[in-house]
Amino acid sequence: MHGIAFDIAHLLAGSLVLISFLELYQDRLYALLNVFALHALVLAASVAWQAFIQDAPHLYVTALIALVFKAIVIPTALHRIIVRLGIHREIEKVVGVGPAMLAGIGLVALSMVVMLRVTQEADPLAREDLAFALSVVLLGLLMMVTRRNAVSQVVGFMSLENGLVLAATGAKGMPLVVEISVAFSILIAFIVIGIFLFRIRERFDTVDVQVLDRFRGERR
Amino acid sequence: MSFNPLAGVLIVPAAAAALLAVLPGYRTTARLNVVATTLTLLFALSLFFVRPAPSAYLLVDDLNGTFIVLTTFVGFTTSIFSASYIGHELDIGRLTPPFVRFYHAMYQVLMFAMNLALIANNIGLMWVAVELATLTTVLMVGIYRSHEALEAAWKYFILGSVGIALALFGTILVYMAARPVVGEGLDAMVWSVLVKRAGAFDPALLNVAFVFLLLGYGTKVGLAPLHAWLPDAHAEGPTPISAVLSGLLLNVALYALLRFKMLLAVNPGALAPGPLMVTLGLVSLVFAAFMLYRRRDIKRLFAYSSIEHMGIITFAFGMGGALANFAGLFHMTMHSLTKSAIFFAVGHVAQVKGTQRIADMGGLTETHPVLGWGLVLGVVAIAGLPPLGIFMSEFLVVSSTFAREPALAIILVFGILVGLAGLFLRLNSIAFGEPRGPSAPAQASYVPMFTHLALVLAAGIYMPPALVAWFQNVAGLLG
Repeated sequence: MHGIAFDIAHLLAGSLVLISFLELYQDRLYALLNVFALHALVLAASVAWQAFIQDAPHLYVTALIALVFKAIVIPTALHRIIVRLGIHREIEKVVGVGPAMLAGIGLVALSMVVMLRVTQEADPLAREDLAFALSVVLLGLLMMVTRRNAVSQVVGFMSLENGLVLAATGAKGMPLVVEISVAFSILIAFIVIGIFLFRIRERFDTVDVQVLDRFRGERR
Repeated sequence: MSFNPLAGVLIVPAAAAALLAVLPGYRTTARLNVVATTLTLLFALSLFFVRPAPSAYLLVDDLNGTFIVLTTFVGFTTSIFSASYIGHELDIGRLTPPFVRFYHAMYQVLMFAMNLALIANNIGLMWVAVELATLTTVLMVGIYRSHEALEAAWKYFILGSVGIALALFGTILVYMAARPVVGEGLDAMVWSVLVKRAGAFDPALLNVAFVFLLLGYGTKVGLAPLHAWLPDAHAEGPTPISAVLSGLLLNVALYALLRFKMLLAVNPGALAPGPLMVTLGLVSLVFAAFMLYRRRDIKRLFAYSSIEHMGIITFAFGMGGALANFAGLFHMTMHSLTKSAIFFAVGHVAQVKGTQRIADMGGLTETHPVLGWGLVLGVVAIAGLPPLGIFMSEFLVVSSTFAREPALAIILVFGILVGLAGLFLRLNSIAFGEPRGPSAPAQASYVPMFTHLALVLAAGIYMPPALVAWFQNVAGLLG
């Protein structure tokens, strides 16, 4: 099992975790979008590789969706939104880079410990894939809670979903319904987000979520 | 295959959604909305007589049959309430005709998604349906496009998505656990297959999966500390949506959780899901009960009351066993009926008073006697006073807990009493005392509200033996 197929799958999944870390310390929105595009690109490569070694042609569709939709369409669209809203300045963070990175390392360690321990009977490829996938999911979550800016929260959410796709493709023979659903949900989610961003733009002059917080119904 | 009620339960809302999205005119569409929900309810009721065989995607058993009938019934009454509520919103210009069209289409999509989630036999399909229901409600919560509505919708969207993402991870883990036993492919995601073979699954993997599912779907149930989206979403959206959210969508998420709990119960090596659910339930109950005291917004008040009751229901299902499950199911039914009735009243109250602030409304029983006393009756019911149905169900939960875990029962009673006092404190300033705010007569539809309350009252006084037997049967299924 520990042949070249395993090594490449391992390499790609590992890179995905690494790129999640890269996302974590970007402090400019454009740079963040570029890193996210890279994230989606590596995901596409990883899914395609899984399709190849599992001999599961339907996974190529998932890979294609990741490539076209997440690596190209969404970053371009978000780029435009940023330009239109004029918010290409720095991202406000709740915590600094240092603590965020440390928390990220802790989360990766946690997911390794948890997943490797509970999946001792599964085959090694699926095992490590799952551990990496959980890391990516948790790093996405971390990014969502450490950013105040709506666009970067959305990017955090999408990299979280990348982790889910990684997990779903790593689980050998998982029915197509889930892959389609994931891709589909991203599409819908993006439409929703798009509408929201534009509506937010109509009403406020910022997409900083902290500003939204001031309009809480009861704080008056 | 000449008559398949399952198809009806799904196709009617889907077709109605498509139709409502294009039809103009408020009166026609509101009526069509009611017709569609009536048809769906009839199809749901026919499930008692014609039961299609389970397929790889859809399944009907006694458990989800109960949920579907409850969902379609409340969906039906809410559509009647919604017709008069939305008419008023249109009159005062808070909603414009395109938004009303959008609202009606989304209402049907939501009904479709909830029905699909309930009858899905495939855990992947169930996840898709819950996600669809979440997205539709996000759009509806934001429909007023005010600062508050946008913030509420955004918060709901982000927290709901994170919850739903965790639930998907849990679903994938369940598949991973099932694959070595059931084999690759579709079968390993079919619930009715899983539950037969779950005894042989790897317990460790199943445990981790359940933790993710509990956090994921638990967010949608609104369990503390994952509840942050719930009060905002209830307060800022249109009131019919608050009624459907509280009365139905929370149940659907809980139903998803129960399905996985049944899976774990089959496996001897897996952890007992009960204690986790009991803890989350109690935390939600006590937390929400205390939060009732500081509320200034009437819809937020009842949103916290929903958290409280979802806590009690989750607690009851967590305790498990025939009696506690029976109590949980009964309480869930009563809560759905009562809470939606309260929101029907609250919707009209907020419309006649032109505000949701409790401080700006008062003496409601004097200015609007029917509405005011309806609300009082609803709050008396939800607070758990005899002889109404919620008293009976809470009594069952408490007494069954006292027999098994007296310490937990004390916390439970404490939470319920704190909640009761909090509700009455607020009710007092809304319904009695010096009249405040406008006193123009309400153009309300009282029928849905009093139908629900009459049902709750009837259930508190006399439960037909057939219904008791039915609930006992379903409680037995839950294990």
